Amino acid sequence: MGAPAGAEAVITAEGVAMRFGARTVFRDVSFSVRRGEVFVILGGSGCGKSTLLKLLIGLHPPSAGRIAVLGAEWGDLGGAARRALLRRIGVMWQSGALLGSLTLAENVMLPIEAHTTLPEEARRLIALSKLGLVGLGDAADRLPAEISGGMMKRAGIARAMALDPEILFLDEPSAGLDPITSAGLDALILSLARQTGTTFVVVTHELQSILAIGDRCIMLDKEAQGLIAEGDPKALRESATHPVVRAFFRREAPAEAGAAGG
Amino acid sequence: MSAAPFRVETTEGKPRLSFAGPLRTEQAAALWQAAHRARPRGDALLLDAGEVTELDSAGAALLVSLAGDGVEWIEPRAEAARAALARFRQGLGAPRPPAPRNGFRPVSAVGGAVLGTLAAWREKLAFLGETTLAGLRLIPRPWALRWAEVQRHLDEAGTRAVPLCVLLGTLIGVILAFQSSIPMRRFGAEIFIPQLVGISLTRELGPLLGAVILAGRTGSAYAAELGTMRVNEEVDALRIMGLDPVAWLVLPRIVAAMLVMPVIALVMSFTGLIGMAIVMATLGFPPPAVTAQLVQWMDLEDLAGGLGKAAAFGLAIGYIGCRAGLSAGNGPRAVGDAATAAVVGGIIALVVLDGIFAVLFFRLGW
Repeated sequence: MGAPAGAEAVITAEGVAMRFGARTVFRDVSFSVRRGEVFVILGGSGCGKSTLLKLLIGLHPPSAGRIAVLGAEWGDLGGAARRALLRRIGVMWQSGALLGSLTLAENVMLPIEAHTTLPEEARRLIALSKLGLVGLGDAADRLPAEISGGMMKRAGIARAMALDPEILFLDEPSAGLDPITSAGLDALILSLARQTGTTFVVVTHELQSILAIGDRCIMLDKEAQGLIAEGDPKALRESATHPVVRAFFRREAPAEAGAAGG
Repeated sequence: MSAAPFRVETTEGKPRLSFAGPLRTEQAAALWQAAHRARPRGDALLLDAGEVTELDSAGAALLVSLAGDGVEWIEPRAEAARAALARFRQGLGAPRPPAPRNGFRPVSAVGGAVLGTLAAWREKLAFLGETTLAGLRLIPRPWALRWAEVQRHLDEAGTRAVPLCVLLGTLIGVILAFQSSIPMRRFGAEIFIPQLVGISLTRELGPLLGAVILAGRTGSAYAAELGTMRVNEEVDALRIMGLDPVAWLVLPRIVAAMLVMPVIALVMSFTGLIGMAIVMATLGFPPPAVTAQLVQWMDLEDLAGGLGKAAAFGLAIGYIGCRAGLSAGNGPRAVGDAATAAVVGGIIALVVLDGIFAVLFFRLGW
């Protein structure tokens, strides 16, 4: 579906379903994410976007179906192999999920300490650089309780990037950010994707962001309990036939003009 | 990994530190110490990264840390490596955290501590005033209190504490009777054990141990619940909706603690007496003998004094727990701190109050 020729798939999901007790969140979800693209998972609230993300990062096993990340299925991996795979991905949580007893710099240094033997000086330098990239260079020595929610989110992105991961999973990165910071974040995501070949899997419903950064997207729906659209967001905006997809892209029609060029 | 990915040499009288090949996290971690040791001192250095083919953040960190300020560079020729280095520098180029102001300043440190303590006491006093006023406003119209909430707290602080109180009370009664029987037997005074245990339980130990249970179970729960509500801005939301957080959140809890505490003390005392009676039975004194002793030596004032004291303990514990919760800071650690402060503050208040009551009862001749 509009795939860049030759790009390998870094994530493949086949027939994935998730049930909590008798309640089915989604079923028969299949898609693949290719290296270097910005892949957006979108949908209204309660449709299972964040649940799908948790399946992709191996936090829960799916009720049915297979998910392979960088060629491996989470369920098949034992201790060392799992750790090796965890080192190659980064996750930004919806609320940042920073450890409250550590400063921002220490939070970013944490995964570097867990996975490498770099000395403290190197870890600190990397942490300062990552925090600088998300605009938090001067807040590096503050505690999470002393900064705003949007700053926590950005610090969460810095921590996710600490190990230069091959795949970055971002859960609602731009929700709660001001437009300037949000646009800066979009630019950062695009430059990382284009320059380093980092693959992004982004859960969001910010239309401007989706159109600015998304190479491809899938859309989940609560009623359909599964995928209702897949493809280039710009093409979907123009030619989607599914009423929910059209409503999603059209409801915020006034916002489209500015983002279309990005 | 290649054997020697960096070289130190001198070209045109200037030391030159050159790297080649991939410089990723593995290489950077392995080379860090060696490269810093090998680096010639001073800024008269040419840092040659021209042959670096791959670079990640750790590699860029190594290069940047070696360069310091004002060193001449040869940038990597590989496009991706150059971009990685540029991005790393871009991050570092952002404003840095202010250097910590160090230096020992005794005067300002002492002054700051005094002002901080005064401000904290002022806040405590203000909260005491607010609570007292809200409580007084309740007296002419008690229906304004949220009784449903009071019921919930009565259940949580009282009903669910009964098993623990029964267990602890019985054991205390058994232990007191048994321990005192050893010296009393020498004098053949075992018949006075009911009097000893009865008076110490109803006047002192029942209320005190019950209050320690309340401080540990309920005071900390109040602090954690209110602390979490504060962190979630629920307290601010109440205030903005025109509801007084003290009347809404604090008073029901304090009233519940005050009502529940005499009951807990009574349960403790009563089960303690049962425990004592069991020990007395094993020593050969049947229950009628024990009750006769109790009736002869104890009067209602002993019990009433103990229960009144218990209500005062309940008030103090509820108040301290709520204050700790509402003055909690931000973040998960603050909630834990508030719970700790509630228990510690509650127990200290118990001891102080108990001392005051002891002097008071002695003066009044109760």
